[in-house]
Amino acid sequence: MLTLLDLLHGPLKPEILLVVSAMFLLMYGVFHHDPRGGNVSWLSVGVLALVAFLIAYRAWNHPGAFDSSFEGAWVNDGFARFMKMLVLIGAAGALLLSFAYFRDVGGMRFEYPILVLLSTAGMFMMISAGDLIALYLGLEMQSLALYVLAAIRRNDVRSSEAGLKYFVLGALSSGMLLYGASLLYGFTGSTHFRDIAQAAHGMAGNVPNVGFLFGLVFLLAGLAFKISAVPFHMWVPDVYQGAPTPVTAFFAAAPKIAAFALLIRVLETSVPGISSQWQQIIVFMSIASMILGSVAAIGQHNIKRLMAYSSIGHGGFALVGLAAGTEDGVQGVLVYLAIYLAMTLGTFACILAMRRKGQYVEEIHQLAGLSRTNLPLASLLAALMFSLAGIPPLAGFWAKFFVIIPAIRTGQTGMYILAVIAVLASVVGAYYYLRIIKIMFFDEPAEAFQPMPRPVRFVLGLAAAFVILFSLYPAPLLDAAARAAHSLF
Amino acid sequence: MGTGPDAESLEPKAFANTMYQAILFLPLAGAIITGFFGRALGARASELITCAFMLVAAVLSWIAFSQIALAHEAATVKIPLFRWLTSGDLDVNWSIRVDALTAVMLVVVNTVSSLVHVYSIGYMHEDPHRPRFFAYLSLFTFAMLALVTSDTFLQMFFGWEGVGLMSYLLIGFWYEKPSANAAAMKAFIVNRVGDFGFALGIFGVFAVFRTIDFDTVFAAAPSKTGHFMTFLGGQYDTMTVLCLLLFMGAMGKSAQFMLHTWLPDAMEGPTPVSALIHAATMVTAGVFMVARLSPLFEQSQTALNFVVLIGATTAFFAATVGLVQNDIKRVIAYSTCSQLGYMFVACGVGAYGAGIFHLFTHAFFKALLFLGAGSVIHAMHHEQDMRNMGGLSGKIPWTWGLMLVGTLALTGVGIPGFGGMAGFYSKDAIIDAAFVAHANVAHVYAFDLLVAAAFMTSFYSWRLMFMTFHGQTRADRDTYDHAHESPMVMLVPLIVLALGAIGAGALFEGFFIGEGYAEFWKGALFAGSGNTIREDVRHIPLWTSWAPVVAMASGFALAWVMYIARPAWPAAIVALPGVNGIYYFLLNKWYFDQLYHWVFVVPALWLGRLLWKGGDGAIIDGLGPDGIAASVQRVMRSAVKLQSGFVYHYAFVMLIGVTLIATVFAMPADFRHYVSDALSHLFGRGA
Repeated sequence: MLTLLDLLHGPLKPEILLVVSAMFLLMYGVFHHDPRGGNVSWLSVGVLALVAFLIAYRAWNHPGAFDSSFEGAWVNDGFARFMKMLVLIGAAGALLLSFAYFRDVGGMRFEYPILVLLSTAGMFMMISAGDLIALYLGLEMQSLALYVLAAIRRNDVRSSEAGLKYFVLGALSSGMLLYGASLLYGFTGSTHFRDIAQAAHGMAGNVPNVGFLFGLVFLLAGLAFKISAVPFHMWVPDVYQGAPTPVTAFFAAAPKIAAFALLIRVLETSVPGISSQWQQIIVFMSIASMILGSVAAIGQHNIKRLMAYSSIGHGGFALVGLAAGTEDGVQGVLVYLAIYLAMTLGTFACILAMRRKGQYVEEIHQLAGLSRTNLPLASLLAALMFSLAGIPPLAGFWAKFFVIIPAIRTGQTGMYILAVIAVLASVVGAYYYLRIIKIMFFDEPAEAFQPMPRPVRFVLGLAAAFVILFSLYPAPLLDAAARAAHSLF
Repeated sequence: MGTGPDAESLEPKAFANTMYQAILFLPLAGAIITGFFGRALGARASELITCAFMLVAAVLSWIAFSQIALAHEAATVKIPLFRWLTSGDLDVNWSIRVDALTAVMLVVVNTVSSLVHVYSIGYMHEDPHRPRFFAYLSLFTFAMLALVTSDTFLQMFFGWEGVGLMSYLLIGFWYEKPSANAAAMKAFIVNRVGDFGFALGIFGVFAVFRTIDFDTVFAAAPSKTGHFMTFLGGQYDTMTVLCLLLFMGAMGKSAQFMLHTWLPDAMEGPTPVSALIHAATMVTAGVFMVARLSPLFEQSQTALNFVVLIGATTAFFAATVGLVQNDIKRVIAYSTCSQLGYMFVACGVGAYGAGIFHLFTHAFFKALLFLGAGSVIHAMHHEQDMRNMGGLSGKIPWTWGLMLVGTLALTGVGIPGFGGMAGFYSKDAIIDAAFVAHANVAHVYAFDLLVAAAFMTSFYSWRLMFMTFHGQTRADRDTYDHAHESPMVMLVPLIVLALGAIGAGALFEGFFIGEGYAEFWKGALFAGSGNTIREDVRHIPLWTSWAPVVAMASGFALAWVMYIARPAWPAAIVALPGVNGIYYFLLNKWYFDQLYHWVFVVPALWLGRLLWKGGDGAIIDGLGPDGIAASVQRVMRSAVKLQSGFVYHYAFVMLIGVTLIATVFAMPADFRHYVSDALSHLFGRGA
């Protein structure tokens, strides 16, 4: 029987620290009258940093450490640590981006950073989930916090609408996921991933029966919703556009990574034996996401909506690596997510720099002639756009490179086709990224933006530096991703 | 410099080493300084820097000339600079090779180039882009020096292409003028044809010899005579194929018959450029190349005959066209073309010394004529049509006098056995050589054409003098009254060149082709065992040496009659039936431009339009980028339309999605059974 003290000394330290801190900050906010949430916000960033330190410390001292708890329902391996670090970076970055925003538009509440912490705790649970129950708990803990975050500007119609839509559709997807989970349990007799894997392996003639496959399909549909893969992507444009911009940044950065982690873990630990079956689904969703993400973004005028489609498209690209089903492929996905995290945080930092007289603007044409009013910002945004488009030598190119190469290495015809489609889709996608650069550099200048707040500038600087300089010294990220991927196989 | 026992040594002393590097790199330094910082330095500083560098290089070249060619020292100096590239068997070092032939070229190039630099200070005085001009000039000089100091085929090709590029840039220097741009492109493209052959030749040399070092190839060349190689599906004599391909490059660069069309048009460039590049240096690169590669050419009589044939034809053809041109620079341009033909004839009959000698003297008097023409043009406010000149000798006496010297040198005024102007020695040496060359149809042909060309050379040169400087003026009043002598900065280079045009022949004949031949060249020019031309020339009949003189004198006489004594005659003669057709045939340059227009340009344009409209427009744009872009737009619109904003639509899409996936997912196993069953029934092997 575990006691709280055991847990505190055990491998769950980061999660417990997160949850306890969230509770503590909640009480601090209530009793200490911090309605603007200034202290709570900074303290939350501090908590995230501390958690990151704990994880890094563990990884540093025991590089290959495999911790598990709750009878294997919670596992913490190299893969989990890698993904948790990414999630922490995403959450902290999104928090840093939000300070000035809420000060300008009002509506800042101390609950905001606490909700970010709680959803981060949920994501940790997802990343470390070793069985279906843990999976669902983590997913819901994360999602409930996110629904509220989307609607946090409750006086704003769009924000409320975004929260509501996200909630309704999220509930639907949760329903599917639960249905799938129950089917899997029913046909295998276990909720534990490794037991499910064994059961699937032992099915007659190694061909899983239809009920099991249906369960997998529904489970995947629920997860696909979270990674915003087509055709479960419909909520993304509306929610990204409606939610407050820092929240959108958070959505694009952290939960997506956690959902990818969950997807990878489910597929690689619970159903590795029948990869030829689920690969088809992944390939389908990958192709559909890449094409839709590339094509639909062309028609957008709102930059947040554009980023929503961009996010869908990039999700599709990341799935290319997963579709390969190899260790290299998973490594590619991890590299992709890390680079995408930097690109998306940097881009949202730029979007948050688009303000005039305290008003935030979101239309793409507002960027017109930015190069003449603010050349540094225009240059960095251009670099980020080139990177998102996948132009060498920026990081975005390598991200695509490392998912497409494993797909080709499998030597399967289907994978070749997938790789070709990926390249073509990135050509189409390049159009709308380049259009933004064209608007910034060649159109008649619009009115200048206000100077950027310092935290936003900090996030932009770090993200852009990573994107631009990645190719000079890619080894640390590649090695870390390789180790993380290896712990799954 | 050393007079010690190190005469055989290939390593010269440190000073000489530095000197050769300075000769090569001073122009490059000047070009880099003015090219990159010219705007900051200003026009004046750019002029001074490049001119100073060039003058130093010129003085050093004369020192080098005296040490290499005139002294009894090392035959060949080689200064390795760096390893250039290594790829498989191909190992190319960059080094400076200086022997007598190079020394002659160094003197020619740097002397003329430095004088042209100085002259340009005056001539380009009103141009706003002087730093660029001087940078180009210096860079050209560097490329030319790289060419003549090359020790491998590849280095020669580097210089070859470098001068071609600079020629392109300088012809098109006034890029606002459409005609200048067209001329620049023409020069570049026509040269590409020749360079294509040259490049193939180099490839061939590498394929045959497995190296492209001059010395190694030269040493191995005799062993390849009589060998055959496959080329274009046939078996041909190895050395003939290689030499003809290499000569193709020379034909392009030296504007020989059929590839000559770019040279007259190149006169669109500033006149100093014409003097430097299109008279004295670059266009002689082809002659230099044949002389440099004499060990190869000597191995193939067929190739040599071809060289004679092309050279003689060019000499004759260009002279006929020169007879009727009215643009003062074009007359001189055709004259250049014609004189280059003389040089090739000399090389082709094995008299390389005579060819290089003519190259040497020609550089002086042709640069003099061009720069003199530039002085006239300068005086006449950019009027180039001789029909609008006349009577200028009183207005610009210095220019007149200097042009007169140039004309006397070009036409080869002199008395056999006594002496004369520079051209007299070199041109007559070539004609003599053509006469005594082995009894061969090509050589008989060459001798006749060269004498005829000498007559025409004399005629068109004096025609130019008379139309420009004598008789009644045909210029409009205003221009004539304002015609003025050029400043000293332009006249001094002319005077220096005039001295060369007078004395270069008499002074250097002994070295280049006379008694000092062996001592002077020290084996830089190769002669095959059967090549006895230098001996044969001593025994020519008297009438042969007088033939060119008579041709020259009668050309002068005819020109005097037609343009001084009876100025009405030219128009009357042209009006004669029969002559009329010939006149237009010549005026239109044998219709080469028209021929090429219809044979090459029109089909190329047609093909281009087909590929543009049909290939690019209809197929690639229609089905490719534009077509895809259009369908992307269509798909985008429907995808955006799908995004209705209603939650139930979104939920519906999700459910459709999951249904679809589940259906497809569940199907394959049954579907496979169904298909295999159906197939079994079809082939009657079912259960």
